[in-house]
Amino acid sequence: MIDQIQQRILEEVADLHEVPAGAYNIRANGAMAGRNTTANIDIVSKEGVSGIDIRIQPGTRQESVHIPVVLSKSGVKDLVYNDFYIGNDSDVVIVAGCGIHNGGDQDSQHDGIHRFYVGKNARVKYVEKHYGEGDGNGKRILNPVTEVYMEEGSTMEMEMIQIKGVDSTNRTTLADLAAGARMIVRERLLTHGDQQAISGYTVNLNGDDSSADVVSRSVAKDTSFQRFDSQIVGNARCSGHTECDAIIMDDARILAVPGLEANNIDAALIHEAAIGKIAGEQIVKLMTLGLTEEEAEAQIVNGFLK
Amino acid sequence: MLTLENVSFEVQAEKGQKEIIQNINLTINGHKFVVITGPNGGGKSTLAKLIAGIERPSSGRIYFDGIDITDMNITDRANMGISFAFQQPVRFKGVQVLDLIRLAAKKNLSPVEACQYLSEVGLCAKDYINREVNSSLSGGELKRIEIATVLARGTKMSVFDEPEAGIDLWSFQNLIQVFERMRRTTNGSILIISHQERILNIADEIVVIADGKISKQGPKDEILPGLLGTASAIDTCEKFNLGGDRA
Repeated sequence: MIDQIQQRILEEVADLHEVPAGAYNIRANGAMAGRNTTANIDIVSKEGVSGIDIRIQPGTRQESVHIPVVLSKSGVKDLVYNDFYIGNDSDVVIVAGCGIHNGGDQDSQHDGIHRFYVGKNARVKYVEKHYGEGDGNGKRILNPVTEVYMEEGSTMEMEMIQIKGVDSTNRTTLADLAAGARMIVRERLLTHGDQQAISGYTVNLNGDDSSADVVSRSVAKDTSFQRFDSQIVGNARCSGHTECDAIIMDDARILAVPGLEANNIDAALIHEAAIGKIAGEQIVKLMTLGLTEEEAEAQIVNGFLK
Repeated sequence: MLTLENVSFEVQAEKGQKEIIQNINLTINGHKFVVITGPNGGGKSTLAKLIAGIERPSSGRIYFDGIDITDMNITDRANMGISFAFQQPVRFKGVQVLDLIRLAAKKNLSPVEACQYLSEVGLCAKDYINREVNSSLSGGELKRIEIATVLARGTKMSVFDEPEAGIDLWSFQNLIQVFERMRRTTNGSILIISHQERILNIADEIVVIADGKISKQGPKDEILPGLLGTASAIDTCEKFNLGGDRA
């Protein structure tokens, strides 16, 4: 069911070179292309709307779920609702990701709405990669919405990566943290051509001793545009940190809007934002090691986004 | 062999042109350990940058192994075998020490191989190999990593611009040993810009530059006695007592 183009895209977005071990659900061009469940992880199609429910039993440990999405036809508009129910005390890795190959002239779009219900003391590592390719004129569009509801003592580590080929993204992430919950977000973004990427986070620290660390590193090339909105709201005794660190190149534009809101005297919140071009001396240093100017620039960008 | 022929370097100043380097002629033979010293602002760092290609001379020619490199860019000179250690090493967010050493060596060194270069500059390699070359490193640590990148290149000509600048005295005491070892083991020429007596003391030749000109040049035994006690060859303790460079 998976053709060569789709296979390559799966490698890009989910590092899948073969059928993954453990639970998975592969969606290709708006339909299911493969599924596996395990004793502890169940995946069920929703009724009425597109999407799946992923149920992870309490106490599930060292297991993974892969739910990659591939669009390889031009003109596909895909909207899915995926809900994750992560049982108490479990420790799992969830790899999502969407790759679009658009060789035609119509736009291809995937809007994934993911909701995570993270049980008490559960730990989740969530990796989401976006990738686009294809030489058609049709745009490759991804608009993910992620909602995270974290119960007491849970931890969610999110790695959001979009390095290549997505023309337009509008990412919205919303999180509610109960007492002792901890959220770590690492976003890496590279835009080029006339791409547009908007990324917005609202993290509500509702319980005592909850914490959030939302960090974005991005590079904007050519005439691309990025907007990073990160809002941390401290409603309890909590700590929050958000940081946007961006390299601007060519005629790109970057707008960073970190925001903090403290509604409790014991909320400790920090934001940092820095935008700048590659320092000339960094290029010179790498040139003294024998790299050309272009190679030096590529190394600096790669290192920054690593 | 490196030859500078009538090299001058001018910059635009408030009142017309200012000559930073004036008509310098200098030859550095293979396998020599040469130290350039002289008062601050005399043009030493500019000279090093002219050799590496970071600055271009206003007039005169530079030859490396008989080839005119005056119009070559930094990359081409580096690939011909000229290495340059910055006075103020550059920081890179996200780039790890291992990445930088691999780039310098131009091969995909294993972490163990890369660690050898760090050990040579006195860093406990396993603590550093995966560190980012960012602001979490101290000036002394950065300086050692900078020197390690030059060692990893192993080129015919290595230029070090004031290795003592910006690091504490204790770190520098250890760094001197690195240069002493390099002096014994290298197959290429080494050119160091330094004010430190202990560095001058291991030189084959000393060149004194002041006001953009070579004021003295010759074997160490000939030049060093005349410099001792001046700002060009300062004893570390004396410098400490004078309150200088304790950063």
